Amino acid sequence: MHSHEAHTQNFFFIVQLILVFPFIISFISYFVGVVLSNQHKKQWPYFRTLFWILGHVCAMLSLIGPLAELAHINFSAHMVGHLLLGMLAPLLIALSAPITLFLRAIPVKMARFISCILRNSYLRFVSNPIIASILNVGGLWLLYTTPLFNMMHENSVLYILIHFHIFLAGYLFTIAFIYIDPTPHQLSFVFRSIVLLVAVTAHSILSKYIYAYPPSHVSAEQAEQGAMIMYYGGDLIEIALVFILFYQWFKRTRNTVFAKAII
Amino acid sequence: MYEEKNHKHENRFQYRQRNMWTGILFGFGVVAFIDEAIFHQLLHWHHFYDKSTANIGLVSDGLFHAFSFFATIGSSFLLADLHRKHGFWLKRWLGGIFLGAGAFQLYDGIIQHKFMRLHQIRYNVDIVPYDIVWNVLAAIFIIIGIVLLFKTNQ
Repeated sequence: MHSHEAHTQNFFFIVQLILVFPFIISFISYFVGVVLSNQHKKQWPYFRTLFWILGHVCAMLSLIGPLAELAHINFSAHMVGHLLLGMLAPLLIALSAPITLFLRAIPVKMARFISCILRNSYLRFVSNPIIASILNVGGLWLLYTTPLFNMMHENSVLYILIHFHIFLAGYLFTIAFIYIDPTPHQLSFVFRSIVLLVAVTAHSILSKYIYAYPPSHVSAEQAEQGAMIMYYGGDLIEIALVFILFYQWFKRTRNTVFAKAII
Repeated sequence: MYEEKNHKHENRFQYRQRNMWTGILFGFGVVAFIDEAIFHQLLHWHHFYDKSTANIGLVSDGLFHAFSFFATIGSSFLLADLHRKHGFWLKRWLGGIFLGAGAFQLYDGIIQHKFMRLHQIRYNVDIVPYDIVWNVLAAIFIIIGIVLLFKTNQ
């Protein structure tokens, strides 16, 4: 029995390592990018590097270590991890402008090639706010209202895939609404605001739905706590997202004021 | 100096609709904030979820919850934009606030509490006086708002 437990422990550690590995690579790559970029161009802003570090800390906290282990048995811990991995880490990483840094760090010819790739129709499709919202919030509805949640804790491959999906969908969702990096297909503020409103609504409804109808194998008490963490914790990050979106509108519309003043 | 003042006045009349809407959105957000902070968090009168809630209640609550912070943040930036354009009109903006606040409170008090049974104002008490105070207050806000908006529309 003891050796079996030790075996599961070991196995779970390997799963955690697989999840964390891409984050370690990307974490280091950013610093290489900063050094390369600083050689030819002006100093890369320190606050962007800080966002990158904080974003990775959030993601890794939810994937490896005590919180990740507690998340298996405690639904509140699972929810905190979900907020960190699917919402806060993507926002912080989007604010660190990784694509801008990447394009600055590589030679101009290659950067042109890469920006051509970024303009392709597939990326245009998935980074449409509606599609990104369906991938993100729709995925969560699927996870918490079907037996998928239970299967995830029994199947390691599913566990890894779902966790990558939560992060990637969260990142896609963030960059679909706020434009920090170069965005080839920009959409209007009104359109993005309306879609964001619907997505935030769907997130709030899902939290209360979880409160009322706990996922299988989650006790009512734990579901209630977890749902409230999802509801209010989600609010905080969504407020930040809405604030940035409107701030970008405010900055963008400034020019028209100057134009009118001249006339 | 005189010219500048005149210019300012012209701007605020030009943006009178925007002043009203900025106020309505802000009033809406303020009432939602008071509802959440005082009745949910401090007094614990309102419940996060009430077993009698209809599904449409969950949808309405989710939408209004999301809209409340959209409205607060959005109207704050709109307000900053009005100041930037020298088009701010305090009286009209206040009128919008009263109208928005009253309308949301009336919706919350009648539709969400009573028809959708999202939750009640307070539990284990006679609810009638609470409902009356809540909704009459909302009606008074709406009347003040309409009067202010009417006065600034001539």
